[in-house]
Amino acid sequence: MSTDVETPRARAQEPLPSPSDWTFELIEQYHGEIARVARGYKLDTYPNQLEIITAEQMMDAYASVGMPVIYRHWSYGKQFIATEKNYRRGHMGLAYEIVINSDPCIAYLMEENTMAMQALVIAHAAYGHNSFFKGNYLFKMWTDASSIIDYLVYARAYIAECEEKHGLAAVEDLLDSCHALMNHGVDRYRRPQKLSLAQEQTRREEREHYLQQQVNDLWRTLPRRAGSDAAEEVSRRFPAEPQENLLYFIEKNAPLLEPWQREVVRIVRKVAQYFYPQRQTQVMNEGWATFWHYTLLNTLYDEGLLADGFMIEWLQSHTNVVFQPPIGHRAYSGINPYALGFAMYTDLRRICEKPTDEDRRWFPDLAGSPWQSSLDYAMRNFKDESFIGQFLSPKLMRDFRFFAVADMEDEPELEVSAIHDDSGYRQLRESLSRQYDLNHREPNIQVWSVNLRGDRALTLRHTQHNDRPLNKEANEVLKHVARLWGFDVHLESVDSRGHVTRYKAASPG
Amino acid sequence: MSVLQQIIDRRLSGKNKSIGNRERFLRRYREQIGEAVKRAVSGRGIRDLEQGEDVILPRHDVSEPVFGHGDGGNREYVHPGNREYVKGDRIERPQSGGGGGGGSQAADSGEGEDDFVFRLTKEEFMRVFFEDLALPHLIRTQLAEVPEWKTHRAGFVTDGMPSNLHVVRSMRGALSRRIALGGEPRRELRELEEHLLKLRRNPRALEDELIIREIKETELKIEELKKNAKRIPFLDPIDLRYRNRVRVPVPSAKAVMFCLMDVSGSMDEARKDMSKRFFMLLYLFLTRHYDKIELVFIRHHTQATEVTEDEFFHTTETGGTVVSSALKLMHEIVRARYPSNEWNIYGAQASDGDNWHQDSGQCRKILDEQLLPLVRYYAYVQVADAEQNLWEEYAQLAEAHQNFAMRKVSDAADIYPVFRELFKKEGAPT
Repeated sequence: MSTDVETPRARAQEPLPSPSDWTFELIEQYHGEIARVARGYKLDTYPNQLEIITAEQMMDAYASVGMPVIYRHWSYGKQFIATEKNYRRGHMGLAYEIVINSDPCIAYLMEENTMAMQALVIAHAAYGHNSFFKGNYLFKMWTDASSIIDYLVYARAYIAECEEKHGLAAVEDLLDSCHALMNHGVDRYRRPQKLSLAQEQTRREEREHYLQQQVNDLWRTLPRRAGSDAAEEVSRRFPAEPQENLLYFIEKNAPLLEPWQREVVRIVRKVAQYFYPQRQTQVMNEGWATFWHYTLLNTLYDEGLLADGFMIEWLQSHTNVVFQPPIGHRAYSGINPYALGFAMYTDLRRICEKPTDEDRRWFPDLAGSPWQSSLDYAMRNFKDESFIGQFLSPKLMRDFRFFAVADMEDEPELEVSAIHDDSGYRQLRESLSRQYDLNHREPNIQVWSVNLRGDRALTLRHTQHNDRPLNKEANEVLKHVARLWGFDVHLESVDSRGHVTRYKAASPG
Repeated sequence: MSVLQQIIDRRLSGKNKSIGNRERFLRRYREQIGEAVKRAVSGRGIRDLEQGEDVILPRHDVSEPVFGHGDGGNREYVHPGNREYVKGDRIERPQSGGGGGGGSQAADSGEGEDDFVFRLTKEEFMRVFFEDLALPHLIRTQLAEVPEWKTHRAGFVTDGMPSNLHVVRSMRGALSRRIALGGEPRRELRELEEHLLKLRRNPRALEDELIIREIKETELKIEELKKNAKRIPFLDPIDLRYRNRVRVPVPSAKAVMFCLMDVSGSMDEARKDMSKRFFMLLYLFLTRHYDKIELVFIRHHTQATEVTEDEFFHTTETGGTVVSSALKLMHEIVRARYPSNEWNIYGAQASDGDNWHQDSGQCRKILDEQLLPLVRYYAYVQVADAEQNLWEEYAQLAEAHQNFAMRKVSDAADIYPVFRELFKKEGAPT
């Protein structure tokens, strides 16, 4: 190993004090040690900003999708009420931490935590998540940590201003509609421009003006000179190619939106884009943070810095977090991303350090390589889908006792399509990988066409994935689309045989 | 390079950040919440008005729709914890729609199909209640706070006005401080004095150089200690104790409120509900002014009886109406149980105005001569529009008596003006 961390330094004379109550001095002291060890492991992070908050503030943060600021909307109030109710009744504990992908990286420590838990949170959030935010390619590509807080401040102020100018109800309706399309308001392939508070403000008015002009041009109703290019006009298709980002399309092309409405659509779209990587890296992100709090704290223990009682305390909570209930268990609700992620990184390290023959066959490049750089590579260059597709080992499939169940529409019964044996590994891995593919989880809906010369109706097209139809809410969502578009909206849901199911929402006006 | 930029203690800042969001949520569902409050008001006792209330919204109403996959189609899910299955096994399709769903889907939606229940706080509940009654804002604030204050003693503090200085306490404190500070030097002094005495008694005290020197030294030390003891001040600013007086909101005295209601057949549920709000509002007003409030419920048709609150609102009788029977009963009860020099008496009467016509004149007479001189305030609402003879008779009273108010009420918002005089008189700052 190239680093010197592997050879533990001289054992500390005595462990750090570990009273159950934390103090600011202790937090600083623990943070210092954790930071030192993390540096030894070459974790590259944003600077940390630790914030101590109360349980109530934690609920506030919960309610506003984990962000320190966000514009006002009733749905966050609803979220807060639900969280508070569950918490007060003891149905649910609050998370120990929330960490924000920003620069500096803000990690919330809850006042109620004991010192051991604070140390766990620091290792988990301030070094685990933080390094993931900084290193993973999706985050690098889609988010700009240095400006997100600024942007949210701007968004909040702008929406408050709109509420004053145009009334609470109008803004609320608009936000409702935008939120309904939030998951379909992200660019999946194109890199968005960086956000910046100053630029946003200076460029906004310019953009509003320009956009309105663009839109007007598209919908120009002045009579054209006869015979000039009428034929071409009829066959002209708009948009020229299907578009996946519904909110973007609406922002740029919806005929009746006011400039401020376009700006609100844009804000929701930007926020959605910011969360887009998080939705795709749940297993990787949580697994990475869990792996590192486990590794960092254990290293400190090996150095003699942590007391036994301290270890027992955080290990207990660690164990709860990475518990994977088997199917049929009361607590089973799908695969626990913490459990899977933690197991995968731990397994990767094992493959690097003590590969078996099987590992050599499956991972010839990894087996025997330095584990730190291999893990670093794995963290940086994948998302859940590809990470599982690439690194899920047969041993892990056996450990988890994974099995795949196929649910075919035409079959009366479910069928076990693969289990954790030689013939099933590859299929199992593929299947699990697909399960984390966003395109698999969310319906693929794109802007198909706009009837430019007729009733201006917008047509969306849903390409069914494995013939899976849309859920019942589709009609409701379509009404929201119609509200934004201002004219009729059609939705065609096409299955593999080319059969089309049609939905329609009339314009509200 | 990973550095700790800072640790920030946010605990004191920005609590209740979500309050704006909560307001928006309440605004969005104000209709349902209004309904819930209405239901609660009719279900509650007059005394229990000021509480929060659980509001139930159907989950469907609060859901935020998004595009998602529905049932059907071909799916494959991976689950952990295989015990007995091998490839090709067939499993019966689970009944609940998800069909072996689990996986990411179940984890995403998480919550069940229950209704969305949340609790309105007391303040929010009262706000909605007041909204219905169309109370002016000034009155709302008056109702929301307690107008009268009483100061009473609450121990001692180290800081205060000279006039509040408590001499005995301060001196006691000074004494104990002097004892505490002076104890050690005094003991030393005593020891030194004894030592000196011993030295002086020594037969060789005058010859031995050593002893003479020691005597000198001891005397010096004694001198020093005495000087130090004098430096302990007799009274120090930290000894001072002041009487602490706190202002506590104290409703002034006791009151009794008579609720009189016609329960003859013509009073239907809606009219009773209106009457109830009328009683509630008066009660609420009284709770702001009085420590102890008793409620007396008198219902009447041709005869009047004193009943419990539950019976008062929830039984219907039929037959004619003789209003004076209730007034007589009220007068009897006042005389027997509530001497007017001890009690503030308030009367609230609700009726649809229907009365046996020869009785109305008598009602006026009883009120005019017997009741109105005794009561602080008497309010009458007629929950029907028709002009009846009772109304005419009462109208004469209203001109003659300051403490009599009457009003026709066809909507909850009409109730407040009945009390306008009352609120003005009692609530306005002088």
